[in-house]
Amino acid sequence: MAEIKPIKFSDEALALSHKIMKRYPEGKQKSAILPVLHLAQAELGGWLSAPVMDYVASLLSIQPVEVYEVASFYSMYNLKPVGKCVIEVCRTGPCWLMGAEDLVKFIEKKLNIKEGQTTADGMFTLKTVECLASCGTAPMMQIGETYHENLTFEKCSDILDSYKAKGENVSHWRKERITNHSDIKQ
Amino acid sequence: MGRQLLINDLDKEGIATLAGYKANGGYAALEKALKMKPEEVVSEVQKSGLRGRGGAGFPTGLKWSFIAKPPGVPRYLVCNADESEPGTFKDRYLMQRKPHILIEGMIISSFALGANTSYIYIRGEMMYQFHILEKAIQEAYDAGYLGKNILGTGYDLNLYVHCGAGAYICGEETGLIESLEGKRGNPRIKPPFPAVKGVWQCPTVVNNVETLAAVVPIIDMTGDEYAKIGVGKSTGTKLISASGHINKPGVYEIELGVPVEEFIYSDAYCGGIKNGKKMKAVVAGGSSVPILPTELILKTAKGEPRLMSYESLNHGGFITGTMLGSGGFIVMDEDTSVVKNLWNFTRFYHHESCGQCSPCREGTGWMEKILHKFLDGHATVKDIDLLWDIQSKIDSRTICPLGEAAAWPVASTIRHFRSEFEEYINKGESFKDVKHYFRVNNLQPA
Repeated sequence: MAEIKPIKFSDEALALSHKIMKRYPEGKQKSAILPVLHLAQAELGGWLSAPVMDYVASLLSIQPVEVYEVASFYSMYNLKPVGKCVIEVCRTGPCWLMGAEDLVKFIEKKLNIKEGQTTADGMFTLKTVECLASCGTAPMMQIGETYHENLTFEKCSDILDSYKAKGENVSHWRKERITNHSDIKQ
Repeated sequence: MGRQLLINDLDKEGIATLAGYKANGGYAALEKALKMKPEEVVSEVQKSGLRGRGGAGFPTGLKWSFIAKPPGVPRYLVCNADESEPGTFKDRYLMQRKPHILIEGMIISSFALGANTSYIYIRGEMMYQFHILEKAIQEAYDAGYLGKNILGTGYDLNLYVHCGAGAYICGEETGLIESLEGKRGNPRIKPPFPAVKGVWQCPTVVNNVETLAAVVPIIDMTGDEYAKIGVGKSTGTKLISASGHINKPGVYEIELGVPVEEFIYSDAYCGGIKNGKKMKAVVAGGSSVPILPTELILKTAKGEPRLMSYESLNHGGFITGTMLGSGGFIVMDEDTSVVKNLWNFTRFYHHESCGQCSPCREGTGWMEKILHKFLDGHATVKDIDLLWDIQSKIDSRTICPLGEAAAWPVASTIRHFRSEFEEYINKGESFKDVKHYFRVNNLQPA
């Protein structure tokens, strides 16, 4: 059996999660659940396994079920493993009017996966998402915190190639933000 | 172009930083407001006629006046930056380019409401803007605009950004409050209204980003002066997010009352329809509001030119009118299939229904399935009636307005484009593979 690594935040992430909890009134630390889950997803493997959610519950002193019910409600939390780089293509309204359907088909063909799947090398996961408030620059996709806008097939292809060349993990809450996170005085 | 109060100076150097913002008159309104009494600030906002810019258009000053003030109970101001209405992207634009106008507006508004802690609830997807706001808030703390004893006045305020995690329903104010409390974003039954029992059961006001930003020019110029801009009860300026098949998509700040025709065809705004095509339909205020065909969006049923204002867009009610909503202005050209567009919207509402109320949870799913039947060429005339029946049974039968938001596009598309549903029925499967929607010419296969 493979050795099970204990699930734990780095010191920086732990300090940041405590700082986030302090933003809410005494006894209301449960409010920190959404940001702390983002942090957990970024820090602990890109998705929220049951042990990761249990860990977050212990940090916030709440019941695990309170974390599960929240994690399953919001679309940004991955409840199964994803690739290093999650491609989120907007499929709603104006993006659809501007060709998002064709864009998704193009990416599916390029990466040889279907929507919702991960490439065999574990590099990309393709998701379609609802309106990302970038309708004036449609069609668009989000990778990590970056919006890639006014896409053409060619532009999209180049962008995906550059992510592949870098081969890095990309998440919504960028790693460097954890240490650079502003230390707001209270 | 008319007057611009919010995005007039985006080209100024460093406007996203505190120094750049101050160099262009920023934080003067805050200094002015802190010398006033809180109720005087509320009164200025009432006089301005400012209406909620998130979609509902409820008078902001009136909303503020409802806040309960039980002694010893904290009050909260929460900014709704959960911009998720398809077609709307003005708040993201404003927060990214000029974060300090939101922060200044929030400090003034918190002072007016007597709140000592305020939150900006931002969409989780907008992590980039989240960090811009965090940085700007830090600058404001360092300059003494936030924290204890702001500018020596004895007023204390802490301001925090809180990120969501992907749920349209959290843009509904009680769903947002539940989410801020760390729960699923299921909207609450009202009453009690948030002004009495909001976040952590304390009196709370939830306002949209643009609404709070507009408080800054209102205090700067006085409510009476602000009320002179615009037309009738639609006072001031409004950010319009223009998208779809137009030559110049983007965010425009208009004086309320600009003719719709001018907004669509003038080079100062949308610049006309892409590729010289004809316009077919417009969704004027975000995906939830009724869709209108060209003849009804340009002119009211009475033949008067329609204006970009709350009243004019609503002229004729939902039979021949629509709503200004959030200002998400989606334009469709003659090649667009409004039936497929409706399927896209309906799929969105089905996906985003929180699932609390059966009419919405079940109805949105059934409507999506029936619309799929049209697209597949298997629908019959009875399906049009069935769609109509379902939407009428969702409308007004749910806790929150997501039900209406899902019902209105269906009702209006059937009302104005029934013949197109019939075309799908008559042509059947042969219609299935026809590319009957706009093909974007910049999307060339690589």
